[in-house]
Amino acid sequence: MTEQKNPCCTGSNPGYAELGAYIDALKIDPKDPERKEMLIMTLHKAQSIFGYLPAEVQKFVAKKFSIPHADVSGVISFYNYFTTTPKGKTNISICMGTACYVNGSEKILQDFEKALGIKSGQVTADGRFSIESLRCVGACGLAPVVLINEHVYGKVKQGQAEKIIEEYLIEYGEQVEVQ
Amino acid sequence: MITLTIDGREVSVPAGSTILDAAKKLNLKIPTLCYLELEKLHYKNQVASCRVCVVEVEGRRNLAPACATPVTPGMKVITNSKRVLSARRKNLELIISNHPFTCLTCLKSTECELQTMAWEYDVQVKYPNGERMRHKKDHSSAALFRDPDKCIMCRRCETMCNEVQTVGALTAFGRGFDTIVAPAEKNEIVDSPCVYCGQCVTVCPTGALIGHSYVNQVWNALFDETKKVVVQVAPAVRVALGEEFGYPAGEIVTGKMVAGLRRLGFDAVFDTTFGADLTIIEEGTEIIGRVTKNENLPILTSCCPGWINFIRYYYPSLEYMPSTTKSPQQMTGAIIKSYYAEKMGWDPKDIVVVSIMPCIAKKYEASLPNQESYGIRDVDYSLTTRELAKILKEGSVDLRYIEEEDFDSPLGVSTGAGVIFGSTGGVLEAALRSVYELVTKETLENVDFVALRGLDGAHEAVVDLGVRKIRVAAVSGLGNARKILDKVVSGEEVFDVIEIMACPGGCINGGGQPYAKDRDAVLQKRMESLYKLDREDKLRKSHENPEVIALYKDFLGEPGGHKAHDLLHVENFEASVMKEWEQF
Repeated sequence: MTEQKNPCCTGSNPGYAELGAYIDALKIDPKDPERKEMLIMTLHKAQSIFGYLPAEVQKFVAKKFSIPHADVSGVISFYNYFTTTPKGKTNISICMGTACYVNGSEKILQDFEKALGIKSGQVTADGRFSIESLRCVGACGLAPVVLINEHVYGKVKQGQAEKIIEEYLIEYGEQVEVQ
Repeated sequence: MITLTIDGREVSVPAGSTILDAAKKLNLKIPTLCYLELEKLHYKNQVASCRVCVVEVEGRRNLAPACATPVTPGMKVITNSKRVLSARRKNLELIISNHPFTCLTCLKSTECELQTMAWEYDVQVKYPNGERMRHKKDHSSAALFRDPDKCIMCRRCETMCNEVQTVGALTAFGRGFDTIVAPAEKNEIVDSPCVYCGQCVTVCPTGALIGHSYVNQVWNALFDETKKVVVQVAPAVRVALGEEFGYPAGEIVTGKMVAGLRRLGFDAVFDTTFGADLTIIEEGTEIIGRVTKNENLPILTSCCPGWINFIRYYYPSLEYMPSTTKSPQQMTGAIIKSYYAEKMGWDPKDIVVVSIMPCIAKKYEASLPNQESYGIRDVDYSLTTRELAKILKEGSVDLRYIEEEDFDSPLGVSTGAGVIFGSTGGVLEAALRSVYELVTKETLENVDFVALRGLDGAHEAVVDLGVRKIRVAAVSGLGNARKILDKVVSGEEVFDVIEIMACPGGCINGGGQPYAKDRDAVLQKRMESLYKLDREDKLRKSHENPEVIALYKDFLGEPGGHKAHDLLHVENFEASVMKEWEQF
């Protein structure tokens, strides 16, 4: 696995204090064999704070739980939701659920990959865009569906990737950040 | 008790037993692959992932894994119906279809449980072109080699590493077909807290986890006419090597082994127990110093590199506790390349020291940057007991048909105290024999510290040294080490000397020993043989070893003195860090 730059999680990121307080409130007994049951909710919290779960954050959680780093890493690797790579400011998710898939979402994914020059699961060098695939978003009537951050684009056709990204940026893009 | 019938035969077993337990009572052999139980260790791997132990249970829709299905009253089990046998075979075929067909060159060949099972069950390969795992082989460490493509996901290594040894280096990474047992983040093993104890190797059913082989390097050295190749053999090897040549477990083959090594062309055959005696002199001096001054206690033994790694990663604040003495392997190497080289008029640079160890962590230890003296490596190659059997066989030596010979002098003279280093409690017992006499100036009549012996994992005793009583403990298995260290840290227990061995039972159960099917029984035999050797030895105290005495008189000077420090101690303990492990 390639070493990721950690723009967020080195040094004294205040996120650690928040995550630390969250875990402390769980009152984990290092001798309790069942303590791992609270690991998944903790990782949800961690990902909501840092955006992703780099090795530093994993080790922080492992230490707080008195469990090996390997245990934390194993759980993260099992669940699709957890990610160890940072997401871009603009995260593009292509639905690969059954309805979208049979309507050609694989081609749509390739379109976006080509447009941004990155593969699914990666982020552009400037940190602005990332692409991922996900399972059914519950909007099968609009298949194939693309999500840009929280905004839904339905019935996407091949060759529209660049247009959709532009539309999104004009409507919600950088201005949202400025506000 | 619960009564059930298996294949029409009635059997009663305690509640909580599995179908497999009940079948065993009837002497019915249900095949298992992922399942493993080691009673002495309280180790049970019961993930039911391989599904080769499936049986039919009346009234149950699907087949049940015998290893993980508890018995119920009146249960009717069938172990050999057509449905069972075809499912079993199908499951085995599916496992094999995703396993490399490289048995001919696999280091685990003939010892592989999957291979044996494929042969026993006449498995046909029906899906040779099916989907396969393709993962990177991990050559990153000097000791442990991982080939994840050979992994059958039995998870035994994980149970051993994480639960028994509490090292926690391995996890199942990923999901579904892509799952791989690997260190966190799928890192290489050098970037994990692996301590190289090799216990995973002893439970791996296939060749997925195995010690690195240095057989070729050793042959090359033996065939190099410009080199003097000197070999040393650890105590635990002589009571296990025989198993590789068809002897019963625990057979003592010291003399035959020495003769065999000489046939292979080694220029001198020495005994690591000589280094063990030296260790006792140096470590004993340290014990006496620290106990009489009552400082930096407890003193912890430093012979076991797996254990030393463990304390480095998990208890960095206790790093002042282990003795600074090198291990017997390194001491013997250092003395061969200094004292012995001088005696023979050899240039140390032309000497290759090969060690035969029951261990794979010794390979790692030999490779550490600080394990050298005056800029020369103490030990060049470390082979396991298994590798020794291989080179003997390759060199046309069959132990069964060879006359016994003695070790060479001077580093072949040893004592019973050095021999018992191979079993848990042995180092401590050996140290006490010498420390007692050196402190009290009285002869120790009964040298057997029986309270410290046995495979149970932890023993303790109180010894009266006259000036004061000392409390000592011998612990084996890193899970047990963690328990005692936690008590030491919390102040719940106070000890003066603690011996710790990474492998449960000590070196007789090392990661480099012959694979044992009936492990608990085999270990017991190996241990008994070591104590038998000790009992029958005329010399049973390290400080009475005449060659050790001569070595100090002619060469080293005082125990713990300047020269001894240069050759026999790790000057800067810090320098032995190869990995940075900030949080563990």
